[in-house]
Amino acid sequence: MKLIVRSTVYVVVLTVLLGGVYPAVVWGVSHVFWKEKAEGSFVTTDGRIVGSELIGQGFKSPKYIHSRPSAAGKEGYDATASTGTNLGPTSADLAKAVAAAVAVAREDRPGDPRPVPADLVTTSASGFDPHLSPDAALWQAARIAKARGVPEEKVADVIRRHVEPRTLWILGEPRVNVLLTNLDLDRSLPAR
Amino acid sequence: MSLPSSLQYGAFLLCVALLVRPLGAYLDRVFARGPTLLDRLLLPLEAALHRALRVDPLEEMTWGEYASAFIVFSGCGCLVAYALLRLQSVFPGYDAAALTTSMTPALAFNTAVSFATTTTWQAYAGETTMTPWTQIVVLMTQNFLAGAAGLAIGIAFFRGFAREKAAGLGNFWSDLVRGVLWVLLPLSVLGALFLSWQGVPTTLLSFRRVATLEGVSQVIALGPVAPFEIIKNVGTNGGGFFNANGAHPFEVPTPLVNFVLLLSIVAIPAALTHTFGRMLGRPRLGWVLFGVMVALFAAGLVVCHRAEARGSVALRAAGLTAGTPNLEGKEVRFGVGSSVLGAVTTSNGATGSTNSMHDSFTPIGGMVPLFNMLMGEIVFGGLGTGIMSLLLVGFLGLFAAGLMVGRTPEYAGKTIGATEMKLIMLYALAAPVAILIPTAIAVRVPAGLAGLTTNTGPHGYTEILFAFASCFANNGQSFAGLSANSLFYNVATAVAMMMGRFGLAVPALALAGRFGAQGRRPATAGTLPTDSLLFGFVVIATALVVGALCYLPALCLGPIAEQFRN
Repeated sequence: MKLIVRSTVYVVVLTVLLGGVYPAVVWGVSHVFWKEKAEGSFVTTDGRIVGSELIGQGFKSPKYIHSRPSAAGKEGYDATASTGTNLGPTSADLAKAVAAAVAVAREDRPGDPRPVPADLVTTSASGFDPHLSPDAALWQAARIAKARGVPEEKVADVIRRHVEPRTLWILGEPRVNVLLTNLDLDRSLPAR
Repeated sequence: MSLPSSLQYGAFLLCVALLVRPLGAYLDRVFARGPTLLDRLLLPLEAALHRALRVDPLEEMTWGEYASAFIVFSGCGCLVAYALLRLQSVFPGYDAAALTTSMTPALAFNTAVSFATTTTWQAYAGETTMTPWTQIVVLMTQNFLAGAAGLAIGIAFFRGFAREKAAGLGNFWSDLVRGVLWVLLPLSVLGALFLSWQGVPTTLLSFRRVATLEGVSQVIALGPVAPFEIIKNVGTNGGGFFNANGAHPFEVPTPLVNFVLLLSIVAIPAALTHTFGRMLGRPRLGWVLFGVMVALFAAGLVVCHRAEARGSVALRAAGLTAGTPNLEGKEVRFGVGSSVLGAVTTSNGATGSTNSMHDSFTPIGGMVPLFNMLMGEIVFGGLGTGIMSLLLVGFLGLFAAGLMVGRTPEYAGKTIGATEMKLIMLYALAAPVAILIPTAIAVRVPAGLAGLTTNTGPHGYTEILFAFASCFANNGQSFAGLSANSLFYNVATAVAMMMGRFGLAVPALALAGRFGAQGRRPATAGTLPTDSLLFGFVVIATALVVGALCYLPALCLGPIAEQFRN
């Protein structure tokens, strides 16, 4: 009995310290030094919040870079329901979904002999991957250029400006933030 | 393997190796109540806490008292968590409309058990089941407490080897509080601030609605993620703030965060090998164990990376060229390299904080985390429990070697007699019983098969095997296609978690109690040297042979059968 009381009191007392004081300290310090990031890295353009830099969006318009396929929510890119497809490597459903995505991607570059970049046609783990590989973004440059009435090379230049390299040369993969690049496309190459 | 990935893997193991000695020495000092830099700040707090509870932190406990305190403390933590989970609607921030998955008694039971045993299996989905209040006050606190309790029994286990003719294994309350205040809390504060700097949010908002660039409404789930994220890894727990866990960009926004978080999983379990060696006054014993861990870890990396880089049949069938890397269920910022490092680290480190969807891995790529868990989390493993499991496997090897030469096995001058072997076998048999029998039941009963909502065939079977392996190993990662929030899985996996936690801790503490009571036999020419490369090979061979004997048939039905289709 003594043991039970003692254990419970330890749990309760330590809860105050670990579940109360500790997160409060982290909240305080992070708001002093990195307030924007602590609140979710939201991006503002023309005084309007258009989303978070870290949360991908399901772009549909031909003048924007499109993000990866998403399994989050019914429509995809539901940032309250993070998930991947969880389909296994031999799943026929997966093969069907990827084949459909390949067909869509091929429409951007009819007759291009190169293989479609893998990240463009596979579903991310979170369901709102904010990034694309540089290849997958550049794959869409021709379509974007046509929609905006500008040469493809100019779109490609904007995309290349946004390529983030591997961290310290070895960590992760080179990538392009889709939302930030699309914002830059609007700024640098406004659609006519 | 690509050059950047190989370099990343090498850099990771190098960082771990560099941390072993300083961190291991620090842990030794903390639990021996030696002087540390943090004493001025923490000693008064520690003293006040023990005084308030009228606990004498210097009072020695026998193995039985130590084990009882551990069990009762875990049980009370579990009950408090259960009560708070069931009552979450009366606490602040509860929004019935946003929380679409209800906290049923079965789900609350499963979650409470899983957090009290450091399993943190996610039958729930963070953003649709829990309020941020619940996450912080209930789950995050349990991450600290269960982690520190595991660390405490690890230290008590070491004391059994370090002491001679001693009745006690130390004081559980002292070890628990020291583990929280001197180890987990300082590391978490530093880590949480690093995460904040890298972009992990710490906000009281739980949802924010925005209009996207194209004017579509998007609701974004948020919360105090940074303080949660770090202890989830440092405490080898792994239950994510969000459903997608470490793949969610708010949890792990950059490859650098990924690297540091993975390092924070294995740093303490790796350093404990050195703590062990120091406490025995024989650091070489610790380095041999560390070497075993590194060898098995590296083998997993190579196998997993090669499989993932080669792609899957589903991708080829969809018209992608052969050799397209398997990016299904992986994030672009991680690619294959950082995802594989995540899979191998979290599966070995008893931490479910995966940064990619293991269910979508190739058959062989997904078998690597499964096998790591089936081996019993002996490579780094959980806080305090990992090295314990590795030593038990080592004793099995010594026993086999002893049979061959007709000598009673010894480790560090302690005799492993008949009673000790029975205790070790108790643990060795608990594993297949808790994993294979429930798996067999689940694939025979409708309630078990009902979980296969995403995949079928060998892959569906692997999902179920993976679930019980993960829960018994107190890991908590999953092949997430399995719909595990049902009465059947909530209860069955919770039982596996408890067997994994206490089925390891109690025999191990009993063993430590018996070793502590023994004297120390001097090594003779006939003693198998346990600080040698040879012993390292014996441990690896035993782990592989025992693992293969137990689980090869089960693996043949799952990933191996699937590989023939791939």
